[in-house]
Amino acid sequence: MARFFQDVNEGDELPPVVVENLSRTDLVRYAGASGDFNPIHHDEEFAHMAGQPSVFGHGMLTAAFVGRCVTDFVGPENLRRFKVRFATRVWPGDTIVSMGKVTRMYDADGERRIDGEVQAVNQKGDVAVSGSFTAALPSRG
Amino acid sequence: MMRVEYGKVREFARAIKDANPAYAGDGALAPPTFLMTIAHWIEGGMGGTRSLKLDYRRLLHGEQEFEYLKPIRPGDVLTARGRTKDVFEKEGKRGGKMLFVITETEFTNQRGEVAAYSRSTLIQTEGAVQG
Repeated sequence: MARFFQDVNEGDELPPVVVENLSRTDLVRYAGASGDFNPIHHDEEFAHMAGQPSVFGHGMLTAAFVGRCVTDFVGPENLRRFKVRFATRVWPGDTIVSMGKVTRMYDADGERRIDGEVQAVNQKGDVAVSGSFTAALPSRG
Repeated sequence: MMRVEYGKVREFARAIKDANPAYAGDGALAPPTFLMTIAHWIEGGMGGTRSLKLDYRRLLHGEQEFEYLKPIRPGDVLTARGRTKDVFEKEGKRGGKMLFVITETEFTNQRGEVAAYSRSTLIQTEGAVQG
């Protein structure tokens, strides 16, 4: 599904990826799949003791949603770099929209590359994750 | 050392709600953030932070960067070499000291090729983590 370099332009937007109504089960499933059993993401009592209103999502789970927005556009095999910065937390019940755009196109290391900016926002428009990526796209001819 | 398992890759793809066919079947790839999973299981994968005795209740994951040099697929045997690149303190915006820990983990495959780098910025706050 990867695009050709020639089919992309600077400023192109990545089709958004929407994850609706994140559940505690989603967090537990990610804890098991990732091995990240920090109790603040699944143990309500622990979260309260740490001063939180409830458990909250793993930053890397939101990062993975953003990653999917990127790999849907560039193809997973073409990703060269992916960076995320964690901002506001993601809570059970939140809807997360990941989006991005192409910011730069260039040649490097014998590859045709694109850079882009990405972010994930919640239903209030608060940024949960912001980041950037680099990908090498196949070239036509 | 850790062998990348197909079942684990499938479990991860499902957990991140990503149905991309590239993560399934023969020649499946590991999703980009799967490296974080490997870091949790593999010796040396946490960048040597275990010795720092960080307090989970006050720990934030500030930034995460991955650099991909070779595809990672089920069956690959990865070796991680982690190091703490930097540890420093800063005054927080709302008062109190914040401890920054920057780690880098290098993942090498069974062919001796560096497959990826993972770089993490961890922040330990002085009080309870603010929401």
